[in-house]
Amino acid sequence: MLEERILAVITTTKERIGGGAPIFICDTEEEMHEVAFQLERCLDSSVHEISPTLLIVVKHHG
Amino acid sequence: MDKDLIILPVILGILFGTIARLFMLRTDYRQYPTYPHGRIIHIALGFIAAFIGSAAVPAVMAKDWSAVTFLGLAAQQFRDVRNMERNTLQELDKMELVPRGAAYIEGSARAFEGRNYLVMFTSIITTLVSALANIWWGIAVGILLLFLDKINMSGKTISHIADIEEGRVRIEGSGIYVDNIFIMNVGLKADRKVIEERAVGIIVRPKNANANVTLANLGQRQAMLHDVSNILGVYRDTGEPMLVPLSKRNLNDGSLGLLLFPQEREINQVIAVLKQVPVLESAVRLPSEAYRG
Repeated sequence: MLEERILAVITTTKERIGGGAPIFICDTEEEMHEVAFQLERCLDSSVHEISPTLLIVVKHHG
Repeated sequence: MDKDLIILPVILGILFGTIARLFMLRTDYRQYPTYPHGRIIHIALGFIAAFIGSAAVPAVMAKDWSAVTFLGLAAQQFRDVRNMERNTLQELDKMELVPRGAAYIEGSARAFEGRNYLVMFTSIITTLVSALANIWWGIAVGILLLFLDKINMSGKTISHIADIEEGRVRIEGSGIYVDNIFIMNVGLKADRKVIEERAVGIIVRPKNANANVTLANLGQRQAMLHDVSNILGVYRDTGEPMLVPLSKRNLNDGSLGLLLFPQEREINQVIAVLKQVPVLESAVRLPSEAYRG
């Protein structure tokens, strides 16, 4: 069982992301932050910035 | 000593044992033991420990050695109660916005068990002295033991092992720093804004090599975060996972960077509270006393 999990990926560059987590593709950075804000609240998880065009939503345990 | 005369020393032992437990009982800001039923449980167990200790003395004096076995039984009971206490605290810890952590809870549970033993010891000695010498000696020894019990309760605080000062909370892009210690990556601009407005940064510098290793302990660090949140309130809720008080180590010198969210953003109060955080028994390390060739 993984301790930390990527629950979702939010990006404007869909062609660079693959894998098993849900990917939310947005047009602008503002839209990215709005989507991330809602997801953070709904999933009770943390949003981290990998690059200005790529955010990940991570569930931390403990 | 015949049966009638032994009653008074036994009563004295029970009295001093129970008083010792009351002395060592403090429901302060930590609300442990909880009021009123938690306190009742602690006092009742203290009374039982005092009774067992006192009752063992006349039995042994009458050469009834089997009485010693029920001291062993008592020890087993106290251990079971310690486990029960620990489990209760751990379950309740899940309901805290900033948890105490396993080390803090273990310290509380251990102190609970230890105090029952101290009560038993106080009762035994008081009853023994009263029976062998006289009542007045018993009272004198009882009072002395009360003082020793009280001294035993006090331990070191963070102020003894570290210097505490304010650190500057910096936001560089998505990274949150306290002075030059990286704390965490915060992706959302909204969260960064809240951190900029509400967060408080503290640097804790260990005073020596022993303090360095003690402060590295995760349980000790969580205890510091919990105490500040407990006393000064925490600007946090469920569903706000980024507003989490964190501690991170500066790997070069072992100093700690703390990111805190006190409800009342008073630096002097935060530092005063941190100075009073107890050094946890399970976190104390003394590497300077080890042989290192």
